Amino acid sequence: MTTFLFFLPFLLVYTVFAVYAERKVSAFIQDRLGPMEAGYYGIAQTVADLLKLLQKEDIVPAAADRKLFLAAPIVIFTVVFAGFAVLPLTSGYAGSTAEVGVFYLLAIISLDVIGILMAGWGSNSKYALFGALRAVAQIISYEIPLGLSILCVVMISQTLDLQEISFQQGIWIHDKPTYPGLLQENYLFGLKALGIETTHIGGILTWNIFRMPLFFIAFIIFFIASLAECNRAPFDLPEAESELIGGFHTEYSGFRWALIMLSEYGMMLLVSFLGAILFLGSWNTPLPNMGVVKLAEWTSGSPGSVAGHLWGGFWLISKALILVLVQMWIRWTYPRLRVDQLMALCWKYLIPASLILLLLSGVWRLLMI
Amino acid sequence: MIFQQVVFYCFAATAIISALAILTTRNVLYAAFLLMITFLSIAAIYVFAAAEFIAIAQIMVYVGGILVLMVFGVMLTNRISGAAVTTGNHHRFWGLFIGISFFTLICTVIIKANFGQLPWIMSGRETYTAPVGTAINNIGIKLMTDFILPFEIAAIILLLALLGAAFVARKPQKN
Repeated sequence: MTTFLFFLPFLLVYTVFAVYAERKVSAFIQDRLGPMEAGYYGIAQTVADLLKLLQKEDIVPAAADRKLFLAAPIVIFTVVFAGFAVLPLTSGYAGSTAEVGVFYLLAIISLDVIGILMAGWGSNSKYALFGALRAVAQIISYEIPLGLSILCVVMISQTLDLQEISFQQGIWIHDKPTYPGLLQENYLFGLKALGIETTHIGGILTWNIFRMPLFFIAFIIFFIASLAECNRAPFDLPEAESELIGGFHTEYSGFRWALIMLSEYGMMLLVSFLGAILFLGSWNTPLPNMGVVKLAEWTSGSPGSVAGHLWGGFWLISKALILVLVQMWIRWTYPRLRVDQLMALCWKYLIPASLILLLLSGVWRLLMI
Repeated sequence: MIFQQVVFYCFAATAIISALAILTTRNVLYAAFLLMITFLSIAAIYVFAAAEFIAIAQIMVYVGGILVLMVFGVMLTNRISGAAVTTGNHHRFWGLFIGISFFTLICTVIIKANFGQLPWIMSGRETYTAPVGTAINNIGIKLMTDFILPFEIAAIILLLALLGAAFVARKPQKN
């Protein structure tokens, strides 16, 4: 129920602010002011835009395939929103406990492609069709490095359950009943031979990115691939406005266009949550226990308690939102790639690199026992 | 329990209705998108059978992979030929006849077999215990021990297919 009770309202509110933030960030980077008219520092600009969008006529082009055209935005949003179902939120408040966890997430995200194809084909416009074809080729290609980098984490954590992965990255590792074979203690860099146990130190030292230092590279691969999955710059060829107007959503207007935008921002949030959970310690605090200064315990309540919920939610949401901000920062900093560069980056660099990382993760896991 | 049954029959109904719609629609692209609904409903039925892993694998392989490939194929063919891709119905009588008779045959056999009363199902019902450990764990261990050979063969075949695709798609080399 987390998904409906928390993520649906959160997603709507977040999108309003994210669009505003995007415009302000772009304005800051380009040395402009950005929206300034509606409300204090333009804070009500997105709300005003949203109201305008909702009132606009829902235009279906005469030559469009009506059924596909109308259904596509709903399919896209449903798929992205379904991805939120398995995300944990705090130590005591998780989404679906299905053990397929992150595998489900990957599978359901890949359905996004179907919605985009429906939109691109249904619009019956060459811009939309080219946008859709590019988007699909890109998403399918980048699913491979994305999946492989997630697989690296799964290999170290030995579980697909995102809540389980979260518990392993902090001081509450013993608080979740697990099946035998999972790690019960953490060592510095995951190496038992070093002999420095970090189970009770916690903080950033037990995050996956520290438990397995090579995950720093895996995280970068994950992040690049997730940018491509969201069709965000520098991988926004599918909607390259200078050549394709708006890509697969060129023909949409009003509420349906808003729905497509909502799914795009939802997708950004989803992959940011996923990145934070897999690599950046999920709802665990970044502050370690140091001797009597038990920062980790002070900044994270025990699972199930009120403090645990509040701290957990705070850390996870902050991490995810910071990653969203980094995505925006990158969008307004880097130019767009060409199609051949896009494919070369994926197939010639990211996939071999993630395959090597997968191998090294397996070796590292043996050192952790 | 009754709620679960209602949900189960809803998914079963969508699976059957969308499958029938695939047969009746003449637009190949519609058929492909309807096939997505069929696949998803069947994945949901797998979940009801407590086979989550198979359900997700079904979505991943069939919907995320094969179906997208089919839709791509249809779209690109349409672009090249310029005509809408439609299907026709041929041999209606024989098709219906064979289909319906085969369906009746299977139905009678299933009803005759009376699965509920088979000894191993009866004993399984009495001694039923919730599965120990996680299914995924067991699948992984089985794949790496008892079924390692088919697993590796599948991996090699997929690798060959990948290499073959890259070879076919590459630019012809100039000598």
